[in-house]
Amino acid sequence: MDLCIRGGRVIDPARNLDAEGDLLIEKGVIAGFGAGLAAGVSKSTRVLDVRGSWVVPGLIDLHTHLREPGQEYKEDIATGTRAAAAGGFTAVCAMPNTLPPNDTRAVTELILRRAATVGAVRVYPVGAISKGLKGESLAEIGELREAGCVAISDDGRPVMNAELMRRALEYARTFDLPLVQHCEDLTLSDGGSMNEGPVATRAGIKAQPAAAESSMVARDIELVALTGARYHVAHVSSAESVRLVREAKRRGLPVTCEVTPHHLSLTDQACAHYDTAAKCNPPLRGAADVDALREGLRDGTIDAIATDHAPHSSVEKDVEFEQAAFGMIGLETALPLALDLVRTGLLTPAMLVTRLSAAPAGIFRLPGGRLGEGQPADVTVIDPEAAWTCDAKSFLSRSRNSPFLGRALRGRATLTIVGGKLAFSEERYRE
Amino acid sequence: MSLFPHRHLLGTETLTAEDLTMLLDLGERFLEIAQRPIKKVPTLRGKTVINLFLEPSTRTRTSFEIAAKRLSADAINISGAASSTVKGETLLDTARNLDAMAPDVVVLRHAQAGAAEMLAGRISARVVNAGDGAHEHPTQALLDCSTIRAHKGRLAGLEVAICGDITHSRVARSNIFALTALGAHVRVAGPRTLLPPGLPEMVEGLGAPLGVHDRIEPAIEGADVIMMLRIQKERIGTGLFPNTREYSRYFGLNDRRLALAKPDAIVMHPGPINRGVEIEPSVADGPQAVILDQVSRGVAIRMAVLYLLAGGETGEN
Repeated sequence: MDLCIRGGRVIDPARNLDAEGDLLIEKGVIAGFGAGLAAGVSKSTRVLDVRGSWVVPGLIDLHTHLREPGQEYKEDIATGTRAAAAGGFTAVCAMPNTLPPNDTRAVTELILRRAATVGAVRVYPVGAISKGLKGESLAEIGELREAGCVAISDDGRPVMNAELMRRALEYARTFDLPLVQHCEDLTLSDGGSMNEGPVATRAGIKAQPAAAESSMVARDIELVALTGARYHVAHVSSAESVRLVREAKRRGLPVTCEVTPHHLSLTDQACAHYDTAAKCNPPLRGAADVDALREGLRDGTIDAIATDHAPHSSVEKDVEFEQAAFGMIGLETALPLALDLVRTGLLTPAMLVTRLSAAPAGIFRLPGGRLGEGQPADVTVIDPEAAWTCDAKSFLSRSRNSPFLGRALRGRATLTIVGGKLAFSEERYRE
Repeated sequence: MSLFPHRHLLGTETLTAEDLTMLLDLGERFLEIAQRPIKKVPTLRGKTVINLFLEPSTRTRTSFEIAAKRLSADAINISGAASSTVKGETLLDTARNLDAMAPDVVVLRHAQAGAAEMLAGRISARVVNAGDGAHEHPTQALLDCSTIRAHKGRLAGLEVAICGDITHSRVARSNIFALTALGAHVRVAGPRTLLPPGLPEMVEGLGAPLGVHDRIEPAIEGADVIMMLRIQKERIGTGLFPNTREYSRYFGLNDRRLALAKPDAIVMHPGPINRGVEIEPSVADGPQAVILDQVSRGVAIRMAVLYLLAGGETGEN
């Protein structure tokens, strides 16, 4: 069915557009934009009234854990993509640390097949860097690319060995794939569950220093200079890492990075009373780090916001802090947390939309991120001031591990359109 | 008798000087019971205390058991190796199952920080933290304060040196909070590899600033109290320090270093001691050591804690 999204504020930074008007969608692609277009549509076009809302290119999450194959009790492609749609995302990049890991075309094809059948949004698989994510030898990166992977990563784990990292960068360059690194020197982090600092000292929890992340960022930047390959830092969390990426960009190196909404809004204080929902890797850090992350997002050092949506069940989380698994869900809380940055004046709406849509598309060279004519109709409609309370019952994800449970939040997606079809819609838009 | 305004005893971090003094004063009264031929009072008769010790312990567990029994409570001991935790039962399931049997108090020792707080939020019994990982060991700090007060007549204004592996020490953390709140000036010392970041912040707003030293001599100089901490065998030969020989040479309490303190300084240790490593036998067995006194006060302090949580009036409702 053709759609007309009427009366919204259309923000399309890739085309320098920020204006009120009607967006036309025909046969799954953007057909036009302008004021008053709704008046001329045919009777078979469904008109959706979105006055007061923003209409933006569909949000793209560069970093999601869908847990399928192998850990479907936490999440699967169906529930994860439904959660994505509810969060306003029209596409997610699925990380390879599944069971079995996505290090062969067979697993990539399984993910794509499942996504085609039950996926509510587009799923772009990220393939492994190394076989079994063991960090010892290269995975079949060429074949992973051919099967449909859009990037490679061992996420969850770093590639510790510098020689292997160098070769992975060189090899990935041949297939024009960006390499995404989870930066953590495991010898420095040494099993620490929190950020090393006064909060961890008070709590008596073994902690990891920020240098565990930044020392690897520094090493990898030198390897990027050596190989010229495209390199993306996953979930950057420390002031020092931001400084290093800023410097690398100044040197003209093909380095990009992302930050999570939770690292932008919480400090390690969230772990002071052993709340396992706030336990993540990299850990939440201090106020100075949060300030540096926000400034990095503002000045463009940090290119994108990505959720690192990491579902875990109560079996993994309802245990002693040091035993609990790392990670929190994030697809359904990303937008209100990101909108806080606009409300405080850190980002303009256009900057925010770029960080959540155009920039992610650019980094992984994905379709989308813009609303030009002929583009696939991936559109997110956002009510930036909608007040709601984050409660367990409202999550579409199979898991509930979020430190924002019970919090009053402002802003949410009211319509998520993928290829011209409604992937998610609020009550009032349902037929 | 004033009300004790806490439902559980999870740590000394949130105890005021009044709370601490109440516990110390009550401990003095219970100390007297150990001198009697019949070391029992009926105060907690009919109450059930479960000692859930999921980490090895001799003195603390025995101390809690004796404390409960001297108050006429029914004390049940569960130790890790003999419990269903070896079958993979989670801490919460273990605690909930025990809670279903309606104990009045669960005393928990656990290898992981935060375990006691986790339990306190989920079961209806009162929870006493007998040591949770590197976080807190409140009854140890209380008996340490009790010992110091008995020997020095006061806590306010005393110079107290805590020396050793601060990073991994719940005894250090609990003592830093309690001693500072009671007016003492605390200095910590240890090899840099065993001093965690953010130590001075621990006492912000609590009392005198915390001194931090990477050699023990400046901490011991002019001290009224020297508290030595045990070096755990697992730490030896790792990146933290090379061996016990180096540790005892540079960080051990011997007669020469002891002479830097005030002439009437007392020497303390939470036990068990590593003779010849953090403390020389001559010092541990010498006239200034009050280590065994700490142990006897431990029972009295634990009686005070159990009494205030399970027996006497509490103000938490």
